[in-house]
Amino acid sequence: MRRLFERFAIALLMVGILAAGTLTARAAAYEDALPKFTLDSFSDTADAVDAIAGSGSPHAAALLQALKDQRLLFSATDKKVLIKTADGKLTDAATGQPFTAAPPADLDNVRLNNRLRNLIDAALGALTLMAPDAGKRYDAAQSVFKSRDASAASALDKAIAAEKDAGVKKVMQEARAALTLADESASPADKVAAITIIRDRGDQDAMALLQSLPADSPKEVLAAAGDAKAKIERNLALWSTVQNFWYGLSLGSVLLLAAIGLAITFGVMGVINMAHGEMVMLGAYTTFVVQEIIRTRYPGLFDYSLAIALPLAFLFSAIVGIIIERSVIRFLYGRPLETLLATWGISLVLQQAVRAAFGPTNKEVGNPSWMSGAFDLGGILITYNRLWIIVFTAIVFVALLAMLRFTRLGLEMRAVTQNRAMAAAVGIRTARIDALTFGLGSGIAGIAGVALSQIDNVSPNLGQGYIIDSFMVVVFGGVGNLWGTLVGAMTLGIANKFLEPFAGAVLGKIAILVFIILFIQKRPRGMFALKGRAIEA
Amino acid sequence: MYTVVQTAAKRPTARKWLAAAAGLAIAATGAMAPAKAADTIKVGILHSLSGTMAISETTLKDTMLFLIDEQNKKGGLLGKKLEAVVVDPASNWPLFAEKARELIAKDKVAAVFGCWTSVSRKSVLPVFKELNNILFYPVQYEGEESERNVFYTGAAPNQQAIPAVDYLMSKDGGSVKRWVLAGTDYVYPRTTNKILEAYLKSKGVKDEDIMINYTPFGHSDWQTIVSDIKKFGSAGKKTAVVSTINGDANVPFYKELGNQGIKATDIPVVAFSVGEEELAGLDTKPLVGHLAAWNYFESIKTPENAAFIKKWQAYTKNPKRTTNDPMEAHVIGFNMWVKAVEKVGTTDPDKVIDALPGITAANLTGGTSTMLPNHHITKPVFIGEIRADGQFDVVWKTKGLVPGDAWSDYLPGSKDLESDWVKLKCGNYNKVTKKCGGSAS
Repeated sequence: MRRLFERFAIALLMVGILAAGTLTARAAAYEDALPKFTLDSFSDTADAVDAIAGSGSPHAAALLQALKDQRLLFSATDKKVLIKTADGKLTDAATGQPFTAAPPADLDNVRLNNRLRNLIDAALGALTLMAPDAGKRYDAAQSVFKSRDASAASALDKAIAAEKDAGVKKVMQEARAALTLADESASPADKVAAITIIRDRGDQDAMALLQSLPADSPKEVLAAAGDAKAKIERNLALWSTVQNFWYGLSLGSVLLLAAIGLAITFGVMGVINMAHGEMVMLGAYTTFVVQEIIRTRYPGLFDYSLAIALPLAFLFSAIVGIIIERSVIRFLYGRPLETLLATWGISLVLQQAVRAAFGPTNKEVGNPSWMSGAFDLGGILITYNRLWIIVFTAIVFVALLAMLRFTRLGLEMRAVTQNRAMAAAVGIRTARIDALTFGLGSGIAGIAGVALSQIDNVSPNLGQGYIIDSFMVVVFGGVGNLWGTLVGAMTLGIANKFLEPFAGAVLGKIAILVFIILFIQKRPRGMFALKGRAIEA
Repeated sequence: MYTVVQTAAKRPTARKWLAAAAGLAIAATGAMAPAKAADTIKVGILHSLSGTMAISETTLKDTMLFLIDEQNKKGGLLGKKLEAVVVDPASNWPLFAEKARELIAKDKVAAVFGCWTSVSRKSVLPVFKELNNILFYPVQYEGEESERNVFYTGAAPNQQAIPAVDYLMSKDGGSVKRWVLAGTDYVYPRTTNKILEAYLKSKGVKDEDIMINYTPFGHSDWQTIVSDIKKFGSAGKKTAVVSTINGDANVPFYKELGNQGIKATDIPVVAFSVGEEELAGLDTKPLVGHLAAWNYFESIKTPENAAFIKKWQAYTKNPKRTTNDPMEAHVIGFNMWVKAVEKVGTTDPDKVIDALPGITAANLTGGTSTMLPNHHITKPVFIGEIRADGQFDVVWKTKGLVPGDAWSDYLPGSKDLESDWVKLKCGNYNKVTKKCGGSAS
């Protein structure tokens, strides 16, 4: 009995020593790896990341996260590695304690390249599978799915067993299936089961995974993979049609937004306004100025910058438009050639003025947080900025329609454009209405500029890119008809996007132009021509 | 329409206005012609200050003014002051030729520094040949050209495109196996992509692993193309995009990449026309890790570069003003020209053209560039990754300097051609037929 106890005690002691030994060895691996960060070479950093990921140290995840966020600093002379926390304080990477001494003079970021970023993502994926935050666990599972890092398998099994969130669990199982597929020792039956899980994921990443299966896999595995690929492909093809439609809708909304102001000045008033694009540009620059002021004075308001810029851009462009109408265009009514040349000149003057004031280079207009990024809807990716632009365009269109239909100004505008002499006879001040109509068209171009600044360059050339397209939309849709402009823009946008995958962007554009030329030959007044005496006047 | 024009011309006031406008235009050109004595050496600057290309070319005009100013502070050249003659070809290709003629024939400039796009260079070539003057061309271009009157201080394809592809194929670059060659539809991207395609195939890349895509100038709707790239990149092989997308179209392209969540770790994009200036219009945080290949980056830490940036920002009175690769090319080209003029003691173009090959000048990245007999220069090649602050972090560079090769070795039409203006006196000598002349055959 006593001997048994002795043996047991010795065994216990042995286990203890062994455990302590491995623990110190592991901690040592972490500490040994740290100086490698101070060598400022990518291959040493890669070694260090590998060592730290395998060290099991409690500091490992925090350190790798800091490295990924470019918060890991090193000093080559002091051989020190420090972590900058989110609030700018320094902690010692070796101990995790706050670093209170004066920071070394040569402190610099540990540099990364794409290979290292991939390594870190893979390592972090395995380390954060058990993180308390579900979003983090989801990201971790996704990065294991992508990296197919076999060493994460045991951690993943544990995480799957412990996972409560169904969405996260599903991704984890997909990641586990990806590992099984990459694992050469897994049985064919396991692999077929894994393929079923991957098939149900059904996106392009799943397709990529199945395509990377080695060709010498067992027959039943290849057969299952073939079936799965065919199914995913059918699924993707279906979604790609939906996607083309969505892209077309989005392009159409951009065209509509750019053209809708022109539909007023050209369509309703009949002024060939070549400076229309520059009104759009002025709107975009207004957004830039607003954001600059917000950035320097009130950084907290950044997410509202577009809402603040909208009325200002409308007002600014409208005032410039009214000035142009009063000073130049009103002398040229009924002389389309001169109007064309004069407004073309004005557009050059405006461009060069902006170039002189702001410089020729692009200006940075940031996306507010609610306009950045994307979300998945079924099999397509919808980017927030495009979504909001579609919504915004719809609002502008409806508001403009309502204004023309239900307000006194709208009524007077319609009266003046339909029969100027009669309108004047009933007491409408036609000159004032002309100025206001032109101002309205220009102002709407200005708010289009606010939206376009979110997806395009803000440079003096911004407007030039849209002027041809805008005229195309208005002429195609039918001069003098807002609904025509809407249908015209959407038709051109969607046609363009369905042509682009087959014909390429260049040929697609040419095809659209040829189509419009032929169409105008057949129906010179566009799709929805206004009938009646007004148009002959 | 017809009647409108007719009445306008008939009206006496309109005619008077026309005459007045014409008179004004003549007076303006007269006033602009500099009436200085011949004790200065004139240097022509031929960069667009308005129109589409102003975005890139205005900076180069400022660079030249800065360099001339610096040289004058040092006492000028051959005991004379340098005088800059600035013209604005307004991004209009035929106007480039007209303005070049004006600079050489009327202003009698000693040399011209200018052009950005290949089409503008091609448009001024006959003028420089006819009037026998010197053009320094500072921008990376497609090669396949070597003219006696032109000195190419930007990168030839073997000094930018080929090293960039080599880097992506290496382990550090991600061992890329599948390639998207995306470009704007004009001569530089088309020729560069032809060379790259031939090069990739010589490295064993298969047809189905190369996707080539062209877009019009100023293309702004990248949704379809970016999602195509994403699809192409999910074939289970590491994919990269080689972008020769030009100027204006880049911002919407990168915005779309960022929004569709394509990260540099998934599909890196290496660009040949995106520098510090282009990134100035972008929020670069979603783009961290995407690449650019150049012969110079503002972020390179050398004493020469630090001194240059300091002086440049002081000259422009803008402490945030960036520097970029074509600017460095002008610095090198200008210094070479100054050295060559000092060597022969005259600005006579024939003598300077003969003196230039072999002239060396320090570049801003710590090396010394040499003008080669084929009128291209030796340059180091750097691969930079975009940082969150809009600058580049150099992740790779060639060992030593790469000599510029006018005729690509990877195109069937040009691999036998050689350019040597010193011994052969020929820009397109065919090594097989042993004849000079003719086009690439």
